Amino acid sequence: MADGILQVQNLTRRFGGLIAVNDVSFNLMEQEILSVIGPNGAGKSTLFKLIASFLRPTSGRVVFQGEVISGRAPHLVARRGVVRTFQEATIFKGLTVLENVIVAHHLRSRAHLLGFYLGTRQARADESAFAKSADEILGFLGLSALAGEQAGSLPQGHLRALGIAIGLATNPKVLLLDEPFAGMNHDETMHAVDLVRGVRDRGVTVMLVEHDMPAVMKISDRIVVINFGQKIAEGTPAEIQRDERVIEAYLGVEDEAIGL
Amino acid sequence: MRLGLQIALFALFALVMLIVVPVVIEASGRGEYYYTLTLIALLAIASAGVWITFSIGRINIGQAAYALVGGYTSAILVTTYGWPFWWTIPMAGLVSAGISVLIGLPILRLRGVYFAMVTLVSTEVARLAALALPITNGAKGMVNLPLPGPIALGPLTIVPDFAEMANPRPAFYILSVVLLLIVFAGVWRLVHSRLGKLFTALQQNEELASSTGVNIAGLRVIAYAISSFLGGIAGAVFSAVSQSVYPSSFTTQDSINFMLNCFLGGLGYVFGPIVGTFVLRFGWDLLFQTAKYQLLIYSSVLILLMLILPNGLLSLWAVRPEKRGQR
Repeated sequence: MADGILQVQNLTRRFGGLIAVNDVSFNLMEQEILSVIGPNGAGKSTLFKLIASFLRPTSGRVVFQGEVISGRAPHLVARRGVVRTFQEATIFKGLTVLENVIVAHHLRSRAHLLGFYLGTRQARADESAFAKSADEILGFLGLSALAGEQAGSLPQGHLRALGIAIGLATNPKVLLLDEPFAGMNHDETMHAVDLVRGVRDRGVTVMLVEHDMPAVMKISDRIVVINFGQKIAEGTPAEIQRDERVIEAYLGVEDEAIGL
Repeated sequence: MRLGLQIALFALFALVMLIVVPVVIEASGRGEYYYTLTLIALLAIASAGVWITFSIGRINIGQAAYALVGGYTSAILVTTYGWPFWWTIPMAGLVSAGISVLIGLPILRLRGVYFAMVTLVSTEVARLAALALPITNGAKGMVNLPLPGPIALGPLTIVPDFAEMANPRPAFYILSVVLLLIVFAGVWRLVHSRLGKLFTALQQNEELASSTGVNIAGLRVIAYAISSFLGGIAGAVFSAVSQSVYPSSFTTQDSINFMLNCFLGGLGYVFGPIVGTFVLRFGWDLLFQTAKYQLLIYSSVLILLMLILPNGLLSLWAVRPEKRGQR
C-alpha cells in the first residue's frame, strides 16, 4: 500500500514526438499543500490534466485511495473526489455567482434529476441544502456580497475565488488548483494564499500548479519540480531552494524567481 | 419578471387561444384560420424542442427529421396495427426520442457548426429513408388516415369521435392548443428546475461542468431526446390533422424554420418559439400579396430583425423573464 491519498506512478504522456510528461512519480499526502513548479513548457499543465483525467496517460497511472483513476471520464474522477479548477476565469458566465456555486453542488444531490423536475421532497431538501452550503462557501471566500451578480461581470480576483468556490461545492477530497495566483498583485496573492490555506484547513488536500515562486514557497508543504517533462526534485520549500538541479533549471531567470 | 406575472400571462394566453380565438373565428366565419393556427401550434411545439437543444449550446437544424419519424410512427401504428390515435402521440414521441439517443450519442460530441451540419443532413436522411423503407409506402406516402376516435372514461365521453363531427377542424385546433400549453408549461418548469440550470451550465462551459461531476455526455443526450420527443409528438398530430404523411411532409426547409422560430422569438425566453412561430408564419402569409417579391421582402425583414434585435423579439420586453438575482 503506497503512502498518501493519491499516487502518481510513472506517468507519461506523449503528443506525437514530444514527451510532455516523462515518467513522473510522486505521492500526495492527505491534507497537505503540494505545489508543482517548473519553467514554462515543462509539462505542468499536462500533468495536471492527466491527474484530473482530462487527458489519458500514454503510460503510467494515477491511483486515488487505492483505485486507479487515470483513463476514466473526468466526471467519474470528480465523483470520487479529485476535482480540478481551471486557469483564468473559467466559470459559468451567464449564471449569477450564487447559481454558479449551487449548480456545482451536483455531486451532493441525492435526488434524481427527474425528482428535481417534479419537485419531490428529496429534491427540495437537496435544493435548500445546496443553497445553504453555497451561502457558506461564498461567505468563506468573501463573495457573499456578490451573490446576485452575473458571474461574467466580476473582476479578475473575484473570478478566481469563484472558481475555487465552484471546486469546493463539489466537496472534493483533493482539489487541483491551476495557477491560482496568476495575474494577481502582491496583496491579492497574499489574500489568495490565505484562502488556499483555509481550503486545506477544511480538510481538503490541495495540489497546485503555479509560477509565482514567493507564493509557492510561502504556501507549500512540499514542492515537486518538473523540467522538460521530468521530475527533477521533490521536497520542502527549503530543500527545493537549495537544490542545485532546480537552480540550474531556472538559470537565466532572476535568482529571486525561486525566492533566493 | 415575477413568477406571478408570468403565470398570469400564461393563463391569459391560454384563455385567448381556447376561448377568444374560437369565438372570433366563429363570429367572422373565417374557418380557415383554425387550420393555420393548428399548424402554428404544432410548429411551435417542434420549435420548443429545438429551443431546448439551443439551451445546451447546440444548433439543431434537424428537427423535421423527428417530426417525420413521429408522423410515420403514428400513421403506421394507426393503420397497420390498429392503435387508437391517442396512444400514438406519446409513442411517436418515444420513438423519435429513442432514435435521437442513438444518433445523439456520437454526434453530440460535435460543437458549433459541425453539429449543425450533421443535423442539417439528418432531415434529408429521414426523407430518403421514408422513400426507401417498405413500411412507409414510399413516395405515395400514407394517406386516408382515420380521424381520431373518442376518448371515454367508462360511460363518460371526454373527447368525442372526430369522425362524427361535421367539421373536425375546431377540434384539431383545440387539441393542438392544449398540447401547446402542456408542452410549454413543461418546458417552463424544466428551465426553472435544476435540470435547466445544468443545461445552462453545459451551454456555458462543458469542461467546467464535467469537472464538477456532471455527466455531460449523458445530459446532452437527455436534452436532445426531450427535443426530439417534442418533434415526434408534433409530427404525430400533424399526420392526423392532414390525415396523411409523405416523405416531403417535413423538409429541410421546415428544420430551418424551426431554428429561425427560436432565433426570432429569442433564445433567452421560454416562450420565444411560440412568438417566433406566430410571427414567421403570419408574416409569410401576409406577404403573399407581394407575389414574386415575397421571399425578398421576407428575407430582408428577417435579416434586419436579427441585426436590430439579436436577442429576439421578446427582448423588446424590457425585463428578461429569468432576470438573475431576484429569486
